Formats: sequence, C-alpha cells, structure tokens
Amino acid sequence: MTSLAHTRADFPALNQNVGAHPLVYLDNAATSQKPRAVIDAISRYYERDNSNVHRGLHALSMRSTDGYEAARKRAAQFINAADPAEIIFTRGTTESVNLVAQSWGAANLRAGDVILITEMEHHSNLVPWQQIARRTGATLRYVPVAGENAQHGLALDALDKLLTPDVRLFAFTHISNTLGVINPVAELCARAKKIGALTLVDAAQSIGHEPLDVRALDCDFLAFSGHKMCGPTGIGVLYGRRALLDAMPPWQGGGGMIASVEYFNTTYKPSPERYEAGTPDVSGAIGLHAAMDYLDAIGRPLIAGHDNSLAAQARAALAELPGIRILGPEQNSKRGGLVSFAFKEVHAHDVVTFADQDGVALRGGHHCNQPLMRKLGLSSTTRASFYIYNTPEEIDALIKSLHKILKFFGS
Amino acid sequence: MSELNDLYQSVILDHNKRPRNRRKLPAATRVATGDNPTCGDQCTVYVRMDADRIGEITFEGSGCAISQASASLMTTQLKGKTAAAAETTFNEFAEIVKTGNAPEEFSELAAFAGVHAFPARIKCATLAWHAALEALKQPDKTPEPQQ
Ligand SMILES: Cc1ncc(COP(=O)(O)O)c(C=O)c1O
Repeated sequence: MTSLAHTRADFPALNQNVGAHPLVYLDNAATSQKPRAVIDAISRYYERDNSNVHRGLHALSMRSTDGYEAARKRAAQFINAADPAEIIFTRGTTESVNLVAQSWGAANLRAGDVILITEMEHHSNLVPWQQIARRTGATLRYVPVAGENAQHGLALDALDKLLTPDVRLFAFTHISNTLGVINPVAELCARAKKIGALTLVDAAQSIGHEPLDVRALDCDFLAFSGHKMCGPTGIGVLYGRRALLDAMPPWQGGGGMIASVEYFNTTYKPSPERYEAGTPDVSGAIGLHAAMDYLDAIGRPLIAGHDNSLAAQARAALAELPGIRILGPEQNSKRGGLVSFAFKEVHAHDVVTFADQDGVALRGGHHCNQPLMRKLGLSSTTRASFYIYNTPEEIDALIKSLHKILKFFGS
Repeated sequence: MSELNDLYQSVILDHNKRPRNRRKLPAATRVATGDNPTCGDQCTVYVRMDADRIGEITFEGSGCAISQASASLMTTQLKGKTAAAAETTFNEFAEIVKTGNAPEEFSELAAFAGVHAFPARIKCATLAWHAALEALKQPDKTPEPQQ
C-alpha cells in the first residue's frame, strides 16, 4: 500500500486532540475532512469575487459566473461526461435523486410501471421512489441482498426475474455505505438497458475514492455529494444524459431557469439552467472544483487502492475480536473503504461513545438503511470508514480502543 | 475514563446485563412504543393498571446499555405508583440526566447523573420513560386474549 500520510498536513481539522487523544477520524463515509486548498478557494471567492451569477454584467458578477461554470466543466471532465450541460448542481446526492424522481418520475411513470431499487439503498435512494410510486401508481421492487451478513451482496441470479419489461428505472448504489460492497455498475447498467430501463447510480460512496466514467458505465443518471470527496457541504451533482435532461420538465420554478415569463405562461431554458432555479451555491461549486483538483493531483486510482487496503486491514484485525459480526463481502476485492460491524454484547452507541473518549471518531446507528438492518436482524452497527489521510496506526488505535470496550462490558 | 465510569455506573452495567422485567406482558391494559429515529432503537412498554396504580410494568426492545438499563430500572421504580406519581418521578429523573445533580439519597435512578456529560445520549436514557408516560395517558383497554 502506498502511504499517503503526507496528505495529513493538508487537512487542518486533523490536527487536533479530542480530550487527551489525537483525533483519529474514521467517519469518512459520513463526510470527509476538507483540505486547505478547498477552504482557501471558498475564502478567496468570498473575499474577491463574491457576486450573483448569470444576470450581472459587472466585473465581479462575470468572475462569479466564470468560476461557477468552470466548476461545471470540471465536474463533467471528472466523470467523463460528454457535455457540461449534463451536469446539474444540486445540494447533494439526496437532492439529485429527488430531482429525477420528481421531474422524470412524475412525467413518465404510470400505474403498472415498476421502479427497481435494491435492499441496500440509502434512504435517499429509497424514500424519493416510494413517494413518486405512491403519487403515480407505479410500484417499487427490490433486488434482495444475500447472506446472513449480506456477504454475497446483491442476489444477481435473481436479477433476470426482477428486470421485467415493465421496469422503467433501475436505481442502485455503487458502493453500499452500510456493507462496503462494490456493485458491478457497468454490468447492472447493461442488463437494465437490454430491457429498455433507465439507470440511476448513487455514487455518493465511490466518487471521492475511485475514477468514474459515466460513458464507460453507460448509466443514464449518476448522483453524488461534494462533502464526501473533500468538498464543502451543500453542493452535489446530478449527471444526466443530455437527451433525457432536455426532455424532462423542470421540478422547481424561479429565477435563472426561464427563457421568458408572461402572466400565465413560462418557457424554460434548456439543461442545466432549467433545473437550477434560484441563486445557486456558487461558493460550493468553487469549493467542489478545488476538491476535484485536489483528488486528481493525488490520483484517484492511488486513493482507491489506499482506502480499500486500509479497510481490508481493519477487517482482518476486527475479525479477531470476540463476538463480532462483520457485514458485507468476505473478498477484499469486492469491498470499498469501509467496514461495518456489530458485537453480540455491546451496542453500537456504547462502542461509539467509548471510542470517542479515545479520540476515535466512528459512526453507530442504522446508517440510513433501516429496511436492510431489519432484514439482517440488527438495529444498528458500528462503522469505520477510511480516506486518503488515514494510516495503519489509526487502525491500531481503533482496535486498542475496541479491546478496552469489550473488556469493560465483560465480553 | 472517569467520565465514562460516571456514565456506565455499576448499577447501569448490571441492569444492562440482567434487565429486569424485559418481556411482553399479555395482561397489559396499556401499551406504547417509543422510537429513537437517530439510532433506530425501539422500546415498547407494557402496563397493567390495578385501579389507579401501576400493577405491573414491563418492556421489550433492544438498544444501548444506557437505554436498556434505564428501561429496566424504570420498571422497578414505577411499579405501585399512580400515573401522576410516575410523571413526578420522570421529571426528577429528567432533571438528573440533564444537570448531573441528583438530590441526596435519591433512588438508584441517581446512577444516570453521568449521562449529562454526554448530551447525545440523553435520548437513550429517556426513551423508555417517554413510552411509559405515553402508555399511562391512555384509557385502559382489555388485555389481549391469551393463546
Ligand atoms: C450511499 C449513499 N447514498 C446517499 C447518501 C446521501 O448523501 P447526502 O446526504 O449528501 O445527500 C449517502 C450519505 O450518507 C450515502 O452514503
């Protein structure tokens, strides 16, 4: 594994103690820390260029507009989209999925249609489909997760039976935030395409770790959040194929998205403006631009190798602990940079509270995945998730802390 | 560690390991469930009233040590009380959890004083109590027929 420990100096928030201990930040699947380059880009924008975009003709407004549109171009390049107009800025993955559900879904779904999702979806790629299914009369169908610890991932042998001609859209996650499993996106997209269904990929957990190419994956929509990839909160992306975006109706109305407004009628701009009503998060887009530059300067293949091997190392060390149940695939090649686990005797909340006293930041809970938790007979798990700046020593700190916890609770 | 030792007092560890009255109560006349949406934990409280007093009180659910111990201790403290007295006990308990100050010679519930240093855990300590108060507000229902 290539050490990326030198990057720690780029992240001001890592340089602190929690209580008496140096911070060991292992909650990266929830949100990553931010490098100085991103913080500075946002400050610089507010100190020099701040102005509203698009409608102004003065110097600052032009600089703002240029910065915002440069971020869009950069995002297109980052995922190899053919056209910057295929990049819509949103608040994040959640809003991106809601946009597709409210716009494409409301216009295209009818009673008898099926929306296919999977049992491992984050609530943000589940609840919007429930809502639009209820509104349109379409039905929701799930690809099951296999194995008592979900170790087999998606039950792909069942997929042919589930991908029936009435499926209009297949929405699924690239990497599960609860299981760590990497789904075969290109294969799933190809199988959906064969029956004429559209695809939406939730890339929230993969975008900051590995290279993504929407044209190679051949997906129709792809959603991600800036804050899990070194960028700020409040900004994210919906990628959509140009032809689809041009045909879909707007989902929110307001300034910036109109071609012409009369008392009782409005015509809309094409994508992406059509889907960006109101003043956008300009500083967020500029921060996201800096984050993409930061990640590519290190190299995403390197980051993926690093994060995944830390997770593999953590998994091997965790497996030695008594009474532990580790979720997700057993083969490291099928796992991303996180491990989720549960102890027989100690609840995740107690684990997280204890680890926090040692400076180790973990996440405990249902990870916005309640149906899956219920299926696995769990109410919560503890999750350790890794990123660029984490080190093998931090895994040692985690394991040491867990040993203390188990001893305290007498297991 | 000292704040942790305050949080996980031996009374709490004991009730977590050996919860009292953790079972369904088929003779219950009032039942309510509380949810902690942040963690997905649930607690169902069963109450059988004896005239205006709590004749029997049990709970079911899974959760962290704090929530399990709190539910368990609560059942031992509320049995025999009227609904009004139960509410008074809850208010005293909530005060201890929030401020960390327990009146001298207070019941075993004083063990929860350490929770105040962990504000994120206050909801764990009060989950079962909210379910119990909810149940106590209900009119009595006929118990489920025994199978
Ligand atoms: C797999 C997955 N999808 C979607 C989301 C939602 O992202 P956001 O809250 O940034 O919209 C998350 C974040 O937790 C996630 O892990």
